[in-house]
Amino acid sequence: MTDETMRIGFLPLVDAALPILAQELGFAEAQGLKLELVRDMTWATVRDRLLYGHTDAAHMVAPLAIATALGRDRPAVPMAVPFVLGLNGNAITFSVRLAGEVGLGAGLGDPLTVGAALKRVAGERRLRFGVVHRHSSHNYMLRYWLAGVGIRPDVDVDIVVTSPPFAADALAAGEVDGICVGEPWNSIAVDRGVGQIALATAQIWRRGVEKVLALRSAVADERREAVLKLVRALHAAAAHFADPANAEANAAILARAEYLDSSTDAILRAITDRLRLVPGGEPVHYPDFMFQYREAANFPWRSQAGWLYAQMTRWDGIAYSDADAGIAAEVFRPDLYRAALAGSGAPLPGASSKLEGGLGGPTGAGSVQGRLVLGADGFFDGRAFDPDDIPEYLRGLP
Amino acid sequence: MRIAIIDTSSTRAAIISDGLREAGLDDLVVIDPAGPLAAQVEAARPEVVLINLENPSRDLLEDFFAMSRALDRPIAMFVDQSDAEATGAAIDAGVSAYVVDGLSKQRIKPVIDLAVRRFQAFSRLQRELDAAKNALAERATIDRAKAILMKRRGIDEPAAYALLRGQAMRTNRRIAEIAEAILTTEALMGDQP
Repeated sequence: MTDETMRIGFLPLVDAALPILAQELGFAEAQGLKLELVRDMTWATVRDRLLYGHTDAAHMVAPLAIATALGRDRPAVPMAVPFVLGLNGNAITFSVRLAGEVGLGAGLGDPLTVGAALKRVAGERRLRFGVVHRHSSHNYMLRYWLAGVGIRPDVDVDIVVTSPPFAADALAAGEVDGICVGEPWNSIAVDRGVGQIALATAQIWRRGVEKVLALRSAVADERREAVLKLVRALHAAAAHFADPANAEANAAILARAEYLDSSTDAILRAITDRLRLVPGGEPVHYPDFMFQYREAANFPWRSQAGWLYAQMTRWDGIAYSDADAGIAAEVFRPDLYRAALAGSGAPLPGASSKLEGGLGGPTGAGSVQGRLVLGADGFFDGRAFDPDDIPEYLRGLP
Repeated sequence: MRIAIIDTSSTRAAIISDGLREAGLDDLVVIDPAGPLAAQVEAARPEVVLINLENPSRDLLEDFFAMSRALDRPIAMFVDQSDAEATGAAIDAGVSAYVVDGLSKQRIKPVIDLAVRRFQAFSRLQRELDAAKNALAERATIDRAKAILMKRRGIDEPAAYALLRGQAMRTNRRIAEIAEAILTTEALMGDQP
C-alpha cells in the first residue's frame, strides 16, 4: 500500500512530534505514504534543503515560511502551509542570575509583574536575550511582550539568535541572560541548573501559531494528492498525540537518538503541560502549554499569518504593504486543509480568518463540518488583532 | 574578491582554501568557527562567505547579514535565483554561500563550483578514511575469530582461515560477518564444551 515517499526536514524539538509519530506509528502508512525524516540543527538549513528539493516538506517556524514567500533577505519562493503542527509550546527561560534579580517565584509569573521587574533590571545593566531565528514566532512573541511592558527591543535590550540545540549552552556560558526557545530546551536548561522558566509563551498569546508544515507551492501543486494524504496522516497523529494515555510512549519515541536525542523525562513534562520551572523543583501544571489537535488547532488561519506579518513589519523596519500582507496571508492554505479532511468528521471552520485574541472563553464558531468550539485566545495585554486592518492595528501598538 | 570560509572542520577549510588559491583566488580569510563569528566576519569584510551547511551558527549569521552591519551592501544567499541548479548542487555537497548583492554571476559561479568540488573531494576523503578504519576493525575481528577456532578445534591458522572462508562462501556472506558471529557465540557460550 505504501507507494509514495515524502522527505520531511525537522529540528530536534518536541513540536516535531506529529511527522515523527505519523511515520513511527503507521499513520502515514495508512495513507499510503512513507515518510523520511531529515534532521538538521539550524532553521536556515531546514529551509535551504526545502527550497532546493532535498526535502519535500518541512517542520518550520511559521514566520520563516512567510519571510521566504516574501523574499526577505533572499529571492522570494512561493510557499504553502496546509497544516499547523502546533500552537505555543515555547517558554522564556532566565539565567539563574536574572531570575534572582527579577525575583521570580516558584510558579509561573504574571507577564505584567515579571515584565515590570525585568524593566527595572534592564535599567541597571544591559540584558541580552536569545531567540531561535530572526524570522521566528519566538522573536515576535518575546518582542511583543517586552514592548508591551515598556522595554524597547534593540534599544533597551539586545536580542540575538541562537539555534535551539545551543540555546541552553548560550545561557550556561553567560552569552545571554534569557532565551525564548521551544521544548525540550527550556527544560534542559532547568535540569542543568543554568536557568529558571519565567513564562510560557502561551501566557503572551494564549493560542499563538508556532510550527507549521511548509512546502514550496510548486510541490504542493504538483503533488497535491500526496500533500492531502500527509495532512490526513498528521491529523491522525495529532489526535493520538493529544491523548494523555499515549504521552509516555510518545515521549519515549521522540527521545530516541535519531529524533530529539534527549531526555525522555523532559519531553514527557512538555507534552503533559507539566513544567519544572526551577532546578530541583516539582513540575508545575500549566494547562495548554502546548496545543495540538483540539479546537481545530492545526487549521491554518490566515489571520495567524497576518499577525506574524504585522510583527515582521514592526520589527524588521520594512514598511507595511497590502500586497505583502496578501502574500503572507496566502501562504496559509486552509483550502488544502479542508480538501484533505472533508468527510472525515474533523471540525472544519467555515471562515479562513478570524479576529485573533478576541475570545475570553469557550465560544462556538461557524463550521462547515463537525462542531467547533474555540477556547480563550487572548493576548496578555488584552489587545485583539483584526486581520482586515493591519495598519490600524500597528498604529495602536506601543 | 575577498572570500571568508567558515567550517567546523579545519581540514576541510584548508582543502577549500588550497583549491581557491590554485584558482588564483588568494584573498581568503578562514574564520575560527569557535570564536565570535559576527565580529570576525565584520572585521574581514568579505564579498562571499562560504559556510558549512551543518554549521550551527548559520541562523546567527543570517540575522547578522540581515542587519547589514558587516558590509555596506546587503548580503544575499547566492546571486541569482535563476542559478537554482548551481545552488542545489552546492547544498547537495554541503556548502552554503552568502554573497554580496550585486556581485555578478560570472564572477561568483567559479568560486561556488570550486567550493562544491572541494567539498565533494573532502567527503570522498572521509569515506575512504572510514573504509580504511572499517577494514582495520574487520581484520581484528577475523584475527580474533581465527584464534578462537584454532584453540577450540586445535587447528593451525591457515586451516582456521579456510574454515571461515568456506563458511562464508557456502552461506554467501562476508568473512567478517562469519567472524563476528563466532565472536558473539563465544561471548554467549564460551564456557560450554
